[in-house]
Amino acid sequence: MSDTWLEVQDLTVHHGQLRAVDGVSFQVARGEVLTMVGANGAGKSTLLRTIAGLHHQTSGTISFKGVNVTKLAPQRRVRMGISLVPEGRRLFPSLTLEENLQVGAHRATKGSFTIERVYELFEWMPQRRRQRAWQFSGGEQQAIAIGRALVANPQVLMLDELSLGLAPIVVERIYALIPEIVAQGVGILLVEQDVTLGVGVANRVHCLLEGKTSLVGTPGELSALQIERAYFGAEMSSPSHHHEDHP
Amino acid sequence: MIWLNVVIQGVLVGGFYALFACGLSLMFGVMRVINLAHGDMAVVAAYVAVFLTPHAHIPEVWAFLVVAPLFGLVGYVVQRTLIQKSIDRDPFTTLLVTFGLSVIIENLLLEIYSSNGQIVNVGELITKSWHPQTIIYISYVSLAVLAAAVVVLALLQLFLSKSGTGRLIRAVADDHEAAQLSGTNYQHIFGIAAAIAFATVALAGISYGMMTEFAPTSGGVNLLFAFETVVIGGIGSLWGTLVGGIALGVAQQFGAHINPEYQVLAGNILFLVVLAVRPQGLFGKKTALS
Repeated sequence: MSDTWLEVQDLTVHHGQLRAVDGVSFQVARGEVLTMVGANGAGKSTLLRTIAGLHHQTSGTISFKGVNVTKLAPQRRVRMGISLVPEGRRLFPSLTLEENLQVGAHRATKGSFTIERVYELFEWMPQRRRQRAWQFSGGEQQAIAIGRALVANPQVLMLDELSLGLAPIVVERIYALIPEIVAQGVGILLVEQDVTLGVGVANRVHCLLEGKTSLVGTPGELSALQIERAYFGAEMSSPSHHHEDHP
Repeated sequence: MIWLNVVIQGVLVGGFYALFACGLSLMFGVMRVINLAHGDMAVVAAYVAVFLTPHAHIPEVWAFLVVAPLFGLVGYVVQRTLIQKSIDRDPFTTLLVTFGLSVIIENLLLEIYSSNGQIVNVGELITKSWHPQTIIYISYVSLAVLAAAVVVLALLQLFLSKSGTGRLIRAVADDHEAAQLSGTNYQHIFGIAAAIAFATVALAGISYGMMTEFAPTSGGVNLLFAFETVVIGGIGSLWGTLVGGIALGVAQQFGAHINPEYQVLAGNILFLVVLAVRPQGLFGKKTALS
C-alpha cells in the first residue's frame, strides 16, 4: 500500500474518565473506502473527531501522507486535505446554501471539486442557493454538508453517520455519490451504524467494540455472523460487557 | 411642537446609544461574550483622545481617526489573549474576567486622571446648533454623532453581509467548530470581531466626550443603557440596535419632559415592557434566545 494517505497508529482517546478509543490502528489509502462499524458508544465518532483535530488524543499518532499531524489544529488539517462531514451535519443555519459552500471553499486546496462541480452533482442546488440552510430538509442538509466538505478538495474525506435520521430513499441517493467521490482519488473513512449500508460500499471493514478493534477485513472475507459478533460483542460472555440497548 | 422637540432630542441621543451598543451586540452575537468592561473601554478612548493624542499634535476633534484603529488593535490582542483564555474555561469566567477588567480600568483612570470631569474639546462647534423653529434646537455635535452611528451601522451591515470575512464572522457565530472543519481559524475570526467592536466603542466614547462631561466612572451607567438598547432592539440585528437606541432615547426624553427625575426611569420602564412582551426584542429572532 504505497498510496497510504491517512495512517492512525495505536490511538487512544479519553472522554473524561472513559477510554472512548483504545489502541486503534488502521490506514486509509488513495481511492479506498474504509468503513468503521460499531454500536452506539463504540467510539466511532470520537475517533473521527480526533482525526479531524477536535479532540485531543491521550496517546498514539495520526499521520497524513507521512507527515505527523497529531499536534495540528483542525483548520490546518483541513488545509492539508483531511475533511470531516460531522454527525448531525452542522451547517451554518443562518447562512445561505451558497454561503455554506463558500465558507467550505475559502481555504480549499487545488483540486477537482468546485462549487460549480457540486452544483452539477446536486442539480436542485443552483436554483435554491440563496435559501438559508435551516430551511432545507434533513437529506438536503446532508447533501449540503457533503458539498461543503468536498469543495475544500480533501484527499481523505471522513463521513460520520450519513444515514442518521434520513429516509431510506434519501440515504440511497447520498450513498450513490460515494463511487463518484472515490473516482477522484479521494480516500473515504466512513462511519456507519447501519452495517449493511456501510459494508456495501466498503473496500475494507473495521469493527469497533467499546473503543477497541474487534475485527478487520474485506467485505468478501468477512461473514455477516462475524461482523455481527464483532459489532455486538456476542463472543464476550462476561456480564460486564452485556449490551441490551442495541437495535 | 414641544413634543416634536422631545422626539427629536430622543432620536439624537438614541443615535449615540446605538453607536455605543453595536460593539456589545457584536461581541455577544459572535462569541457569546458579555463584555462588562465595554463602558469602561469607551471612557478610556475618551481619555486617550483628551490626554494622549494632543501629544501627537492631533486636535481632539480628529482624535477618533487614530484612536479607533488603535482600539481595534487592542481589541484583537485582548480577545486573542485574555478573553479567549476565559472562553476556553466557561461562560461564567468571561463575566468575571471582564468585570475585573472594568474595576481595574476605573481605578487606574481615577489614579492617573483623578475624578474630575473632562470633555473632548471640539472648539466652538459645541455651542452651535441648527435652529429651525422657535423651540427646536438641534446640536451639530449630536447630529454628527447620529450620522456617525448610521454610517457605522450601515458599513458594518454591508461588511457582514457582503465580504468574505463578514461571512466567516457569521459562520463562526453560528457554529465555530463547524467553521474549523471548513478550514477557519475561529480564534482569529473572534479577534477580528472584537477589533471591530472595540473600534466602534472607541468612536462611541469619543462621541460621548464631545457631547457631555465624562469621568472615570461614566462607563457603568452607559453600559446599562447599551444593554437596554440591545435588548429593546433585539440581539443580532444591527438595525434593531439603531431602533432600540432611538426608542430608549425617546422614552428617556419623554420621561425627562414630564419630570427630570423620570428620565432614566422612563427608559427602564420601556426596557422592562419590551422584555415582558417581546423578550427577543423588536427586531430579534426567537431562535437567538435559545
